[in-house]
Amino acid sequence: MSELPLDSRAPLNIGRLPIGSIGRAANGWWGMMMLVVTESSLFVYLLFAYYYFAARSGPGFLPEALPSFHLSGPGTAILIASSVTLWFGQRGARRGSRAQLLAGLLVTIALGALFVGLQIFEWSEKPYTIASHAYGSAFFTITGFHMAHVVAGLGILLALALWSGLGAFDERRMSAVDIGTIYWHFVDAVWLAVFFTFYITPYLR
Amino acid sequence: MMERLWNRKPSIQAPRIVGRLALAPLLALASPAIAASEESTSAPMYYLKTFGPKGDITASLTWGLLAIAAGVSVLMSVLVIVAMFRNGRSSMATPGSPLPIAHPPGGHRWIYLGLALTTLVLIALVIWTMDVLAEIDEPAGEPAFTIEVTGQQWWWEARYVDPDDPSRSFVTANELHIPVGEPVRITLASRDVIHSFWVPALAGKTDVIPGQTNETWLQADREGVYRGQCAEYCGLQHAHMALRIFADAPEAFQAWWDHQLEPADEVPEGSELLAVGERQFRLQCGACHAVRGTLAGGEAGPDLTHLMDRTTIASVTLPNTPGHLSGWIADPQHQKPGTTMPNPDLSGPELNAIRHYLETLD
Amino acid sequence: MAVDYQKRPEAGYVTKELEAKLHKMWETKPGLFGVIATVDHKVIGIRYIVTAFAFLVVGGLQALLMRLQLAQPDQTILTPEQYNQLFSMHGITMIFLYALPILSGFSNYLFPLLLGTRDMAFPRLNAFSYWVYLASGLFMYASFLIGQAPNNGWFNYAPYALKPFNPGLNMDFYALGMVFFGISTTVGAANFVVTVMRNRAPGMSINRLPIMIWGTTTVSVGILLANPAVSLAFFLLWLDRQFGTHFYDTAGGGQPLLWQHLFWIFAHPWVYIIVLPAMGMVSDALPVFCRRPLVAYTLVILATITTMLLGFGVWVHHMFATGIPFLSMSYFSGASFIITIPSAIATFAWIATIWTGRVVVTTAFLYFAGFISMFVIGGVSGVVTASVAADLQLHDTYFVVAHIHYVLIGINLFGVLGGLYFWFPKMSGKMLSERLGRWNFWLTFLGFNLAFLPMHWTGLLGMPRRIYTYPEGAGWSWVNMLTTVGSFILAFGILLLFVNVWMSLRRGVAAGANPWDAPSLEWATASPPPAYNFTVMPVVASRHPLWEDRLGESEGHSSIERGLILDDGKEMLATSVIDAAPRAILKMPEDDPWPFLVTLAMTLGFTALLLHWWWIGLAAGVATLLGCVFWLWPRGDLAQTKGTAHE
Ligand code: HEA
Ligand code: HEA
Ligand code: HEC
Ligand code: CUA
Ligand SMILES: [Cu+2]
Repeated sequence: MSELPLDSRAPLNIGRLPIGSIGRAANGWWGMMMLVVTESSLFVYLLFAYYYFAARSGPGFLPEALPSFHLSGPGTAILIASSVTLWFGQRGARRGSRAQLLAGLLVTIALGALFVGLQIFEWSEKPYTIASHAYGSAFFTITGFHMAHVVAGLGILLALALWSGLGAFDERRMSAVDIGTIYWHFVDAVWLAVFFTFYITPYLR
Repeated sequence: MMERLWNRKPSIQAPRIVGRLALAPLLALASPAIAASEESTSAPMYYLKTFGPKGDITASLTWGLLAIAAGVSVLMSVLVIVAMFRNGRSSMATPGSPLPIAHPPGGHRWIYLGLALTTLVLIALVIWTMDVLAEIDEPAGEPAFTIEVTGQQWWWEARYVDPDDPSRSFVTANELHIPVGEPVRITLASRDVIHSFWVPALAGKTDVIPGQTNETWLQADREGVYRGQCAEYCGLQHAHMALRIFADAPEAFQAWWDHQLEPADEVPEGSELLAVGERQFRLQCGACHAVRGTLAGGEAGPDLTHLMDRTTIASVTLPNTPGHLSGWIADPQHQKPGTTMPNPDLSGPELNAIRHYLETLD
Repeated sequence: MAVDYQKRPEAGYVTKELEAKLHKMWETKPGLFGVIATVDHKVIGIRYIVTAFAFLVVGGLQALLMRLQLAQPDQTILTPEQYNQLFSMHGITMIFLYALPILSGFSNYLFPLLLGTRDMAFPRLNAFSYWVYLASGLFMYASFLIGQAPNNGWFNYAPYALKPFNPGLNMDFYALGMVFFGISTTVGAANFVVTVMRNRAPGMSINRLPIMIWGTTTVSVGILLANPAVSLAFFLLWLDRQFGTHFYDTAGGGQPLLWQHLFWIFAHPWVYIIVLPAMGMVSDALPVFCRRPLVAYTLVILATITTMLLGFGVWVHHMFATGIPFLSMSYFSGASFIITIPSAIATFAWIATIWTGRVVVTTAFLYFAGFISMFVIGGVSGVVTASVAADLQLHDTYFVVAHIHYVLIGINLFGVLGGLYFWFPKMSGKMLSERLGRWNFWLTFLGFNLAFLPMHWTGLLGMPRRIYTYPEGAGWSWVNMLTTVGSFILAFGILLLFVNVWMSLRRGVAAGANPWDAPSLEWATASPPPAYNFTVMPVVASRHPLWEDRLGESEGHSSIERGLILDDGKEMLATSVIDAAPRAILKMPEDDPWPFLVTLAMTLGFTALLLHWWWIGLAAGVATLLGCVFWLWPRGDLAQTKGTAHE
């Protein structure tokens, strides 16, 4: 973009610079990355707790009925799909289509809400509770943490939908959208780790 | 050798003497601190001079580390001071006045030299540490018996287990006896929170953690009394959760064990005072304390069957004298604020009777 | 309407008119609103420093009470419960409410100045992190009002922390307070990292960053990775206490040791987090008094980063006695030895700097020199405990207490006091008295060593930690008496510091822009700096912009008097990560009350959780979220919405 004038006697010829929050030029984008880093390590510690229990308590740690795929499978698919729809909306916004952005956001919100619904249904089906035993505590706490993040993500998407409905963004000024979507994709990725831990590892032994 | 000890029939019947006997050589050593401890219920917790193989080898490592630490500290401090005065000093006339600046070369040499030395020292220390660690991990020979110690707020229960003859097991509290020169295995369990079992003159700490049983071993090479103390913060009276280890001559130890197995003596016919004491004890205290051979069988507090064998009470908080005993029974919450033993609801005469009764538990 | 999203920033010279114009834009409005809403990093930094010192005094007074109780055997000045609450709050206060915040204060104040920019990357987040720090500190201290302060030490082991053993609110205050406090730390850390990566003077490439910037940035990344462990540990503790989960109790298959792992995975990195920035401060300020650049700049930075990295791999050395397997003990013991190497590099670099320099002995320098030898003493006692076998004896004795005070007071407090003597003139425009400073230094230095050097011996004599009293005849009496006397001398020394500050503020000598003739950018602007820090954006051409002419080593010339003007509203530069080449012009927010309001809502929320007012808690949670939405509402003046760019 510009040659840096290292010498005070040389002309300060910087060239044209973009103004304000655009894409990765926005401090907010970096801020979100920091959030992703710290939240990732939060989930690492959560899963550490699970594996620590499993390693210390042996097989007796798992409940009788191993977690099944009949709800979690569709849930996983829904979450992955929601990342795609969000990407679709974001792409629309890049092209300046507010309608596509709104559509993408709303469908994603619907899918996310569906996931939450499925998850709550699965919770209600469990024969144990958060207070039954260490496994129950780990299961409900970790999936609960994830769910809380989904809900937070939904909050972000709702805010974005509201703002784009109010016409706040165009194809250049949409860093809020770029930043918010990172969070949603992150929440999806975390689910894959949670899913792997609770639903797949018990079958790997 | 322990094998033989086990099966031998007791020769001495007066266990109280045994306690004294065990103490005698120690008192003779007349370390003032230990002598004083008979009154003050404490003995040194110093662990740079130790009395068992486990402690000894650790102590020399510790001395070595301390010497290096002190050497490095002195060396570095001297370097700082010399460096300060070496090139003369500038001074600052007024704030903002410019001072000379230089960029002399050569500083890096220091760092490489120091780094090389540091690395060598560290490698030596790692090797030494691992060596000692391997040494203290397991005793040289298989221990002949196990003491199952249970830590709880704020006292120690000890169950002696003879692997060959389960009927020779018994329970006591706070004061453990071990035979001199023999390794003894100790298993550690907790009834409530985390504690840590520590007898500095003999060995390092091992935590006592609920939900798991840790193991350690002890060996004393010299007869004597060794003070130990709970080393992990465990609540209000963590400060008063000490214990004592008596290292006895093998025969004396054997005698002690045999004596511990016996139930309490019957209250003699005709002593009104003791009869009242026994009854009141059973009613007021029996829910928590056991006296084998009577109906008192509680488990919440220390087993008192041979209370008079112990030199201290309440986890080495008070010496076991009639006066302190009365004081303790009358008002444990004052002697050891927060202790799990409640203040009893007893009249003066009843207390007196109980105390007299307790004095028969030898 | 053709909107241009770019502009060519103008270059120019510092002029009076420009200064007046910038002042109008950047100054905090007077009055209560300004107090609540200010986003000026300098104001926030000073608030951090003052608050942290206040907590130091409170924590110090708690320590003095403890010392009175321990001065002699069988004392009854304090009840066991009082003692336990005091030592717990002492540790909590010092480690969490003093040691990191004081460094955050310096970093907050200095970051934009050292980096040659006008504010932090997220000024409002910065205000927020201060408010949350204050609120969480007061939250934890509220426990004293009802006599139920945390009573289980700063590391708060389960299961004693669980409800059956600890039924009061004590632990709930600590658990919720720490989750709350963690928010402050985390957002603060994120802010530092982004500021360094994005907002520097043009030309300040990463090999020209001051070491304290490296230190703070390194630990900020460390915080982002480590802090979730402790927030989580405390949150799970709270769940165990309130909802009967089984993370730490054995009844339901929980693991008491899970607590220790989560706690120490956090807390070991944390002990480096609370010293590396202070070490950075020394690395930057010490050379000024040696009249030469730091020896081995690059090695020192590598050492900083390596310490942080290794710091994540040694946590089990706090758990050697828990009965972990042999192999694991060997590994963690070895790793703890190795971590000495980077510290050794830093130590040798400082000594070499003094050795090859020409020393100007000021109070600040004395503190730095004291710092070095205190660090070595504290460090090598750490090495002694790093040896598993020896540690099984040393663990949980006063030897460890001596270790932690040497490192914490030696590297944190002494570094900070030296730093204060060094930067106070910048912050206030007034010099501190050197004469009082000497008294201040010698009293703290001698008092400290009198108190804590014999404490190693106390530990070797076998005195366990965290006991509210000890019997006569244990042989611990005289050393404890020495420690108590030393602590009071130390306290008196610290008192002198406050006297010095007070006198200097009233009638100190004016400092001028660069009283120490120091090389870095903060000294290129007035003391105290104007609200906008730099009238024109400086351009940096070397590691020592104010020394480069005299050192004659740089490729070009830094430019202070002439640079980009950026006066079209509150503006500053975004730069590239490695070379700090200009990338964008950022629009900075005005004063804003939302950070404060959101903090209020969160305080209400945590109080509600503490007292089980679930509905109020829910309402406060919703209020917090709504507050955030308003806070983040895309705004035209920040060029976040369409059609708002300026030409
Ligand atoms: C500021 C914080 C700080 C710092 C920097 C350190 C630094 C170190 N610490 Fe410390 N530590 C604490 C704060 C800190 N510690 C705290 C708060 C606790 C107790 C927590 C509690 O229980 O409450 C603790 C406890 C603690 C323990 C557990 C003790 C126990 O409870 O049993 C151990 C064990 O390994 C340890 C080791 C070390 C080591 C090896 C270093 C090393 O990083 C030190 C390296 C530095 C040097 C060694 C000096 C410079 C080097 C040279 C001059 C080279 C020459 C040296 C040699 C050849 C040896 N520390
Ligand atoms: C940065 C950290 C830090 C600092 C600065 C200090 C400072 C001090 N500490 Fe602390 N300490 C810890 C961190 C720190 N400590 C930690 C983490 C623990 C472990 C806690 C645990 O086990 O959980 C601990 C534990 C601890 C213990 C062990 C308690 C126990 O195990 O039972 C003791 C005992 O002596 C002690 C003493 C002191 C003293 C005397 C000071 C002095 O340096 C204080 C001096 C400062 C002041 C006094 C403030 C200045 C006051 C004024 C200006 C007012 C003027 C007043 C007068 C003149 C009277 N500390
Ligand atoms: C609620 C249970 C409880 C009751 C009732 C109780 N105790 Fe205790 N007792 C304890 C506990 C627990 C300890 C260990 C206290 C400590 O060391 O902190 C103890 C300790 C003692 C000791 C010291 C034992 C030792 O070896 O250290 C004596 C003696 C004693 N109790 C006597 C009595 C007498 C006599 C009574 C009745 C008047 C009584 N106790 C009632 C629980 C109880
Ligand atoms: Cu038991 Cu401390
Ligand atoms: Cu550590």
